Amino acid sequence: MTPKTRKLDTLIIGGGHAGLTAAITAAEAGARVCVLEGAPKSHRAGNSRHTRNLRPMHQGPILSLTGTYGEDEYWDDLLRVTDGQTNETLARLTIRESAQSVAWLYRHGVHFQPPLGGTLHLGRTNAFFLGGGKALMNALYREAGRLGIEVHYNAEVIDLKFDGKRFEEAVVKAEPDNRSFQAKTLVAAAGGFESNIEWLKEIWGAVADNFLIRGTPYNRGEVLKLLHARGGQQVGDPKQCHAVAIDGRAPKFDGGIVTRVDCVSLGIVVNDNASRFYDEGEDFWPKRYAIWGRLVAQQPNQIGHVIIDSKSIGAFMPPVFPPIVADTIGDLARRIGLDETQLVKTVNRFNAAVQPGTFDHTELDGCKTQGLEINKTNWARPLDQPPFSAYSLKPGITFTYLGVGVNEKAQMLMATGEPSDNVFAAGEIMAGNVLGKGYLAGIGMTIGGVFGQIAGREAAQYALK
Amino acid sequence: MRSSETLIEAERVMTICNACRYCEGHCAVFPAMEKRLAFAEMDLDYLANLCHSCGSCYHHCQYADPHEFQINVPRTFADLRLETYAAFSFPSFMAPVLRNNTNWAALSVIVGFVVIFTLTSNWTGGVTDNFYDILPHKTMAGAFGTVGALVVLALTLGVSRYWRSLDLPSPFSLDWKHVRSGIKDALSLKYLGGGTADGCTYPTETPSNVRRLFHHLTFYGFLLCFAATSVGTVYHYSLGWVAPYSVFSLPKFLGITGGIGLLVGPIGLLWLNHRADDQTKPTADGGMNRTFLILLLLTSLTGMALLLVKQSPYLAPALIVHLSVVLALFLTLPYGKFVHGFYRLVALIKYATEIDR
Repeated sequence: MTPKTRKLDTLIIGGGHAGLTAAITAAEAGARVCVLEGAPKSHRAGNSRHTRNLRPMHQGPILSLTGTYGEDEYWDDLLRVTDGQTNETLARLTIRESAQSVAWLYRHGVHFQPPLGGTLHLGRTNAFFLGGGKALMNALYREAGRLGIEVHYNAEVIDLKFDGKRFEEAVVKAEPDNRSFQAKTLVAAAGGFESNIEWLKEIWGAVADNFLIRGTPYNRGEVLKLLHARGGQQVGDPKQCHAVAIDGRAPKFDGGIVTRVDCVSLGIVVNDNASRFYDEGEDFWPKRYAIWGRLVAQQPNQIGHVIIDSKSIGAFMPPVFPPIVADTIGDLARRIGLDETQLVKTVNRFNAAVQPGTFDHTELDGCKTQGLEINKTNWARPLDQPPFSAYSLKPGITFTYLGVGVNEKAQMLMATGEPSDNVFAAGEIMAGNVLGKGYLAGIGMTIGGVFGQIAGREAAQYALK
Repeated sequence: MRSSETLIEAERVMTICNACRYCEGHCAVFPAMEKRLAFAEMDLDYLANLCHSCGSCYHHCQYADPHEFQINVPRTFADLRLETYAAFSFPSFMAPVLRNNTNWAALSVIVGFVVIFTLTSNWTGGVTDNFYDILPHKTMAGAFGTVGALVVLALTLGVSRYWRSLDLPSPFSLDWKHVRSGIKDALSLKYLGGGTADGCTYPTETPSNVRRLFHHLTFYGFLLCFAATSVGTVYHYSLGWVAPYSVFSLPKFLGITGGIGLLVGPIGLLWLNHRADDQTKPTADGGMNRTFLILLLLTSLTGMALLLVKQSPYLAPALIVHLSVVLALFLTLPYGKFVHGFYRLVALIKYATEIDR
């Protein structure tokens, strides 16, 4: 053993919610644990830093959660958003185990609070972390410190050495010599590949250059790629990702929650040709925002423009960037670089098609347009009260679904279908097993917590055997 | 209308925070922010003084440095609070003088009074434990009466300017329920808790109640010392009981208890301030916070020293120094860190009226 080699019971790659949960669980079981975090300390914890809640099954009200959210209802919700692209065994395991995730986090120093302003609709199903995901991760890192877990920041894993389906050693880039971490068990919790633009381009083509990445710039998918190369089973469609429409002026990476634009259902959305392309009032925004990233990605230049009039000001979560404002639609078109005649025509046709009704944004009010190629089916009101405001929209990628297959012990499956004895996976890197498509608010953190605990427990047990 | 860089930065920060809202459970600032869509000067002056600088929202911020949004609510609001203290202080020309030269100002006031008291002292040597043998009662009463009146006037006018700037109605037309709630939140330091029983993230990211403890010791120590003087005044003028009082008398008991709080509290707060992350402190406060704590500490130190040098020739110089320190403390009250309590109280009362609690 050279000084550049560390020997451990359990090695965790990825210092987000899943990784730290696995690390804490394994250390509590008595394992010598080390966490390799690819980011510097300031950016540790991957996308967990940007999260705000998880979705636990519960009987009756607990902490901030109201009512009951039972297994069957949860399963129905998951089935609906994924169109059945889910592994029922693993999904039901996630749902059942999620019942104790809030208590587990609470025991490890995480506090909860009622739903944040503007998210009352999640009060029954989603438990919000006091202070958000970074507060949660700070608590888990403090817990890791108390348990004596070694954490290495800026630890970029460049190779994983396997003997058949057994993990032996991880190589971490370092100067002048790379460092080696040997462990009896490995937990891979290093996230997806959403911030690897080159990889996204391989799948989406050049349009991926116009994608904004809502989360960490450090989820480059290198560990996922290595696991596939070592024979790990590929799970999930590479093209599937959680993509929402966000403000086009958002930073390329790490814009997080504030970049959302919540007024789509109150106005109309046009593309660069000044044409509408989808029913803005199909359903409540929280149920629809996750399809708009994809919709915008299919438009010319991957851009959308949401236009509202003054009636809607104050009726939605305030966006981070100010809108472009003008007193006439024609003027607005000029300011946002659209064809003036075309936008005026689109708005006039829309306004003329609006049917009488009583507007109520708190319910599917049936205020609709009639006779357009694409009708707006709820909350349709003419855009006639200046000033008019416009926000540009771009696809914002939250995370990708391509991952490695796992079984109920969180063991990674090989391409042959057999499990690896000593490789486990948790979090985004295996979320595609449960979430093949679509999105359910808080499900990502739920999967991370549940599989983090299973992976930590199983990895420690195997290592200490 | 001010249009300072601090205000512009505060507006930028609040616009981003209002789109995020993750910190809403930490304190009153964020629920108050959520009631607004835009942030005018009045709103920012209010929110800044609602902030207790507990640091939770900084340590938990996904947009803090090195993120390009560079969000730092505690620092932004600490800077803005300093600006509000200066903007509303009375008379206006005093604020910059004291803010930029707090240590020198305090020191020169102390030296000045030491000189005046030494010159007006009737003490000719010898041992006494009667203060009036050292300084005539009318000198003491005159100095404290004059300084006290100036301080009360300056504080009242300054704080009422702030009150009016927030568009609050006259204090007498407010619902007493709201006033009571504001006072309770201020006296209990509710928002130095970070929203949980674990306490706030000050001085480090690990939650702790230690700052609340030291602040309570300081504040209630100060109040007890103030009560000791007030009881003494009543004894003197109403009851005709003239000092010195015994150690078991009410003024002495209050003074000693308060003095202990005023020793431990400021030392603790100075220590925490030293340990705290620089990121959560104001960009530059001209030493205002430290000067105030040191003056409080000197007040209790010199006050306690009086007990030790009783019946000795050192009593006279000790008394003169003690009284000079107390007068310096008083004179700097309206232009130093002390005012934060009043501004905070006004903001908390406004918050109670806003959320109707």
